[in-house]
Amino acid sequence: MENNSLEKSIKLEKRPPKASPMSAALTFAWRALLRIRYVPEQLFDVTVFPIIFLLMFTYLFGGAISGSTGEYLDFVLPGILVMTVAMITMYTGLDLNKDIEKGVFDRFRSLPIWQPAVLVGALLVDVVRYSLAATIMITLGYILGFRAEAGFSGIVLAVLVILFFSFSLSWIWTMLGIVVRSEKALMAISMMLLFPLTFLSSVFVDPSTMPNWLQHFVDINPITFVVDASRGLIHGYDVTSELLIITYISVGLIAVFGTLTMYFFRNKN
Amino acid sequence: MDHSNTSYAVEADHLVKAFGKERAVDGISLKVPKGVVYGFLGPNGAGKTTMIRMLATLLKPTEGQAKVMGYDLAKEADEVRQSISLTGQFASVDEEISGRENLIFIGRLVGFSRKEAKQRADELLAAFNLEDAAKRQVKKYSGGMRRRIDIAASIITSPELLFLDEPTTGLDPRSRNEVWTVIRALVKNGTTVFLTTQYLEEADQLADLIGVIDRGVLIAEGTSAELKSSIGVRSLIIEFEDERDLNKAESIFEGMFTQTPEVDRGRLSISVTMKDQSKAAKAIGELANHQIAVKDFSMQQPSLDDVFLTITGKPAKEKGGEANGE
Repeated sequence: MENNSLEKSIKLEKRPPKASPMSAALTFAWRALLRIRYVPEQLFDVTVFPIIFLLMFTYLFGGAISGSTGEYLDFVLPGILVMTVAMITMYTGLDLNKDIEKGVFDRFRSLPIWQPAVLVGALLVDVVRYSLAATIMITLGYILGFRAEAGFSGIVLAVLVILFFSFSLSWIWTMLGIVVRSEKALMAISMMLLFPLTFLSSVFVDPSTMPNWLQHFVDINPITFVVDASRGLIHGYDVTSELLIITYISVGLIAVFGTLTMYFFRNKN
Repeated sequence: MDHSNTSYAVEADHLVKAFGKERAVDGISLKVPKGVVYGFLGPNGAGKTTMIRMLATLLKPTEGQAKVMGYDLAKEADEVRQSISLTGQFASVDEEISGRENLIFIGRLVGFSRKEAKQRADELLAAFNLEDAAKRQVKKYSGGMRRRIDIAASIITSPELLFLDEPTTGLDPRSRNEVWTVIRALVKNGTTVFLTTQYLEEADQLADLIGVIDRGVLIAEGTSAELKSSIGVRSLIIEFEDERDLNKAESIFEGMFTQTPEVDRGRLSISVTMKDQSKAAKAIGELANHQIAVKDFSMQQPSLDDVFLTITGKPAKEKGGEANGE
């Protein structure tokens, strides 16, 4: 090792000014993108998963529920879009859980940076991943004959609502990702929450066909609101009240689980 | 408050960290002057990592308080983070991305512009002899390269205090020497280094001040020489030509020293531990009086191993398995 260049490099004339929260978060996002470049298979969950979901449910239930797959596709695509993206949010927690096990998290936590940047950066990239999933599903839907009555702008609005909701939902998984010790346990907990949440909603069928007690649950399930809002935005009917409720729920999720996440993040042993 | 006034990099006052009932760190107070290498020496599971993690703001102490570079650990965590860097026991870099990307990444996080971060990364890669591996994923690095990129990432902003948790554990002698070179260069430039080690030799070689920790308690502290002399034990080793002389010497030495001499019949030698060196001359003189031929004799400094043995009553390496939640 050359001592001269070593000693020269050790002496740093001036410290740079502290990075802004935004810049720190974007730097973490950049790192997540780099990781995807090295291991593109990481994108399996947002590419293959949505395709399988859409094909499977359209052709499995289409005939039985709507009489034809074509008609059902128009009904179910917004729902599956919400369901798939909501399911994918789970991986945020799993990735975080794996990451924390490694020593690099200790370094992040000992850096003089805006601490939430570690998580916000990761979630920003996740939003990109969710958009990818949405794009793939909608494209495939169009190939299969899906048509949005409100046109392209309706789709874009619906996707934005789904992304916003998913971003808020992710904070539940980041919290669990920090608190829960093993990846398997985390997977089990996430599934346990996500399966009833996504299936017991208006994703697949009209809630009015369900027994009364189930309708009560479906009616207060946040996923139902997001599905109904997406359907309305895509097919062009008024969903102002749903959008308002989604905003409340999302802000609430971020406030509660974002705070808890940061609390556990700071106080992790 | 003028923080530059303090002459200590670390001032810990009765730090305790309990995990449930177990007290991993059980009331440690210590002071590390600025500009030195402080060696935190102890066996696996002694509480070294827990102590470092508390001082680096990663763990909240259960009891006690500490100042790091003059900043209060509890109240000024952000200021503490501005002045320190941590290289953990396991890779503190992202193994999935390349070495250069890691350095740019950390550079950006600490506030460099994109261009400056790249410049700094290349400068460090060159200094740490990692140019050839710059574009490879860190997980493909050898143990020594990994350590180097780790330390390089830690000194991107030239921290005033660098924590190194077992920097050479698992390294081959050549890589270990490279890491030592880096540490010496850092200290020469004014960085205070707080390192933990299980290796007595490492503490002896690098540290200006050594703290010996066992089961969460600081059991001895001082310079390497101080620790050795506080033990006060030196060994006189005498070798003989044949067993007859050896036996004679054994009977002459009987009762002469507080500790019974150890006889090694294979090597035809006797070793006597003593506090007072003048007794060595007396012992040799006594042998001459009895016309016993001495083949060779030497005085041995106690090793840090002896230090550990004397303080704790057991060898340093005996305790605990790997990674038992230190």
